[in-house]
Amino acid sequence: MTEARLETGVAAGRLAPEEYERGFGDLHPPLDRHEALVAADRCYFCYDAPCVTACPTGIDIPMFIRQIATGNTLGAAKTIFDQNILGGMCARVCPTETLCEQACVREAAEGRPVEIGRLQRVATDAAMAAGRQFYRRAEPTGRRIAVVGAGPAGLACAHRLAVHGHEVTVLDARPKAGGLNEYGIAAYKTVDGFAQAEVEYVTAIGGITVEPGRALGRDVTLAGLCAGYDAVFLGLGLAGVNALGTPGDDADGVADAVDWIAELRQASDLATLPVGRRVVVIGGGMTAIDAAVQAKLLGAEEVTICYRRGREHMNASAWEQDLAASKGVAIRHWLRPRRVLAERGRVTGIELEYTRLADGRLDGTGETLTLAADQVFRAIGQSFVAAPLDGAIALEGGRIRVDAEGRTSMAKVWAGGDCVAGGDDLTVSAVAMGRDAAESIHRSLS
Amino acid sequence: MADIRSHFVGIRSPNPFWLASAPPTDKEYNVVRAFQAGWGGVVWKTLGLDPHIVNVSGPRYGAVWGADRRLLGLNNIELITDRPLQVNLDEIKRVKRDWPDRAVVVSLMVPCEQSCWTDIMAKVEDTGADGVELNFGCPHGMSERGMGSAVGQVPEYIEMVTRWVKAASRMPVIVKLTPNITDIRHPARAARKGGADAVSLINTVSSITAVDLDSFSPEPSIDGKGSHGGYCGPAVKPIALNMVAEIARDAETRGLPISGIGGITTWRDAAEFMALGAGNVQVCTAAMTYGFKIVQEMIEGLTAWMDQGGHADLDAFVGRAVPNVTDWQYLNLNYVAKARIDQDACIKCGRCHIACEDTSHQAITSTVDGKRHFEVIEAECVGCNLCVNVCPVENCITMEPLAPGSLDRRTGRVVSPDYANWTMHPNNPSSVAAE
Repeated sequence: MTEARLETGVAAGRLAPEEYERGFGDLHPPLDRHEALVAADRCYFCYDAPCVTACPTGIDIPMFIRQIATGNTLGAAKTIFDQNILGGMCARVCPTETLCEQACVREAAEGRPVEIGRLQRVATDAAMAAGRQFYRRAEPTGRRIAVVGAGPAGLACAHRLAVHGHEVTVLDARPKAGGLNEYGIAAYKTVDGFAQAEVEYVTAIGGITVEPGRALGRDVTLAGLCAGYDAVFLGLGLAGVNALGTPGDDADGVADAVDWIAELRQASDLATLPVGRRVVVIGGGMTAIDAAVQAKLLGAEEVTICYRRGREHMNASAWEQDLAASKGVAIRHWLRPRRVLAERGRVTGIELEYTRLADGRLDGTGETLTLAADQVFRAIGQSFVAAPLDGAIALEGGRIRVDAEGRTSMAKVWAGGDCVAGGDDLTVSAVAMGRDAAESIHRSLS
Repeated sequence: MADIRSHFVGIRSPNPFWLASAPPTDKEYNVVRAFQAGWGGVVWKTLGLDPHIVNVSGPRYGAVWGADRRLLGLNNIELITDRPLQVNLDEIKRVKRDWPDRAVVVSLMVPCEQSCWTDIMAKVEDTGADGVELNFGCPHGMSERGMGSAVGQVPEYIEMVTRWVKAASRMPVIVKLTPNITDIRHPARAARKGGADAVSLINTVSSITAVDLDSFSPEPSIDGKGSHGGYCGPAVKPIALNMVAEIARDAETRGLPISGIGGITTWRDAAEFMALGAGNVQVCTAAMTYGFKIVQEMIEGLTAWMDQGGHADLDAFVGRAVPNVTDWQYLNLNYVAKARIDQDACIKCGRCHIACEDTSHQAITSTVDGKRHFEVIEAECVGCNLCVNVCPVENCITMEPLAPGSLDRRTGRVVSPDYANWTMHPNNPSSVAAE
């Protein structure tokens, strides 16, 4: 046992090296060949398969599974990439339990769906390991398109545009491409630098220039892009984070979960990343789960997620909640933050108030609970930062309004991913929007 | 408790489960293990003349697999015993002496010369074995030398050799038939004419299990070449069941005892063979896949089923299905059944719909009122049973007979209570009007 394990406050190196390795290893190890054949054999090759309908990118799932079953793994990968060029990441991070696998008829039949996500990984991993590119660019069109944001939406858009022969420049504010795949997703879901490997795989088609470190509104303007390119795609994501709005929110040790996760994802040595002994995460979504689980895996003794509503209201799927519980995270419901407690500017705890639903409205009961904490993470949602748009594009509910093809209110400008209104903030949905916007752009330029 | 003791052509065994002549019965060591496990009898792996034959020292088996590498079919290119005749005879004698309550039958294959058969019969009789089985079945290797299926494919040879053997010994003689013929009744009739006490079938089916798509060699591959082998295992069971039934109901062979062979894996398979007229059964592939212990499930399962069905002994159900095997022309054309889908059991995979829509009669919906819903359209359903067979949920789709007097919405006719077959049908140019 390392000495730092029970150190009060925020400390690095709480665990032995092998514990970091174990905790942050692959959450689901890949299926081996025989496991894949057995898993593939369970697919019924349904007519008008419900899993395909449930997939935002509409991958022909029964077909790719059949291809795996017949030993045509690379063919399976092409079937996946035809619809979703980021099929490798989606195989790792999709909440399949609420998408394809929930729709699987074997879920209805026996409560055990075909392992679609893991099978998808078998195929996409094989293609990427073989360096197999399935698409050749069409004759150059001479058209130039700017894609702002190198996350899932932007990459999917850029790839499809490149396939059609256009020249694409992808700008991203961060030092690396990948967006949330690189900076946001829990480390154990995308090990061994997969996000960057995927960026390289996607851009290997050619015709795509990635320019990291260039932010809209800081280094370039929308008007400038519109003037310099034939079309613009905005895949900006959500740059803003909601505040707790409680006294003490600015104390040392209170941080945004997304920032902390980004720091963790970029850490070259997890043992150098400090974490509290007692950690409280406020929120009920995937970010809350990812922050809490990783805090626990970094050696925090107690990690508690506090959510202001009930289990059934949490945005995190039941599967994610179970994952958190299995790692030793406590999830407490019907609690909202009232005050962050601090001593000499450093957080020491958090005072929460019990809540209830009265006539459909969330209400405090007046009863409070105080949890000791030396680290508090805010994970109560992210917001779209509209400032870089200079008011030139219509919004809806604080995000960019688009039509069914991804067109914004501004000529020559499309958008997709988390930054648009009406989405579900899923990687796979961002891919679908980026891909479809690319097709729309291509049609408009042809 | 049901009595499963078997008395087959004068040979007694504590149960009707014998191991077929094959690698599991090649040596005393294996046979003793089989008897320890509970097998009722064995047919010793085929003896031949000295000098003994040789086998390939490479792959002798090819396979066809189902889900999770479940062995569905096995093919082999192994020949008869590759040990000296006297070694086998000595072991057979010892085993029969040590296991007097078990059936020990000796499989034989020697050239088509009377002296060869007469000589070997004397040697086998000396072992105290219960009977012999004439191997007229193996389709590979030995058939190139004028033995095995080369004999079994010529009814005159079967009759001739059987007669020689019967003349040479008082032991019960079982003739093992090859399925590699056009009509199994002809070799069976020949065996009976020659005086056979029983026939056993089927031997293996000529087969190539696979082709290696890199080397373009058939499997199993011996130094880049392959030769057809004999196919067996669960995949051949339907072929074997039909051949057993054909012999059981043929006017010329009816009553000839049959030892049923072909893909028998469970007690249920065995009961089916026996219902179609087999007096006992022989097993090989199942033992080669799972070991000898499976006989325990066979014994217990068969006994439990017999108890449940009130079958006191084997004779109570052997042949019970034979009267129900008939020619197509005698099937009741007034019988009408329609598929029915149990909506509570349906998991909405849609396989019934696409099978019917693409390949059959367009009689199953895919949507009803805009919702995914699979339902039989009675006015289109011919009752073919394909949907039942492709449905992954047991008993979700059933075939429901229409009661006489009700309307068949496909034909617009009322279902008749009368039996009427093709021989009386107006569309049959040679039909005979029902009297």
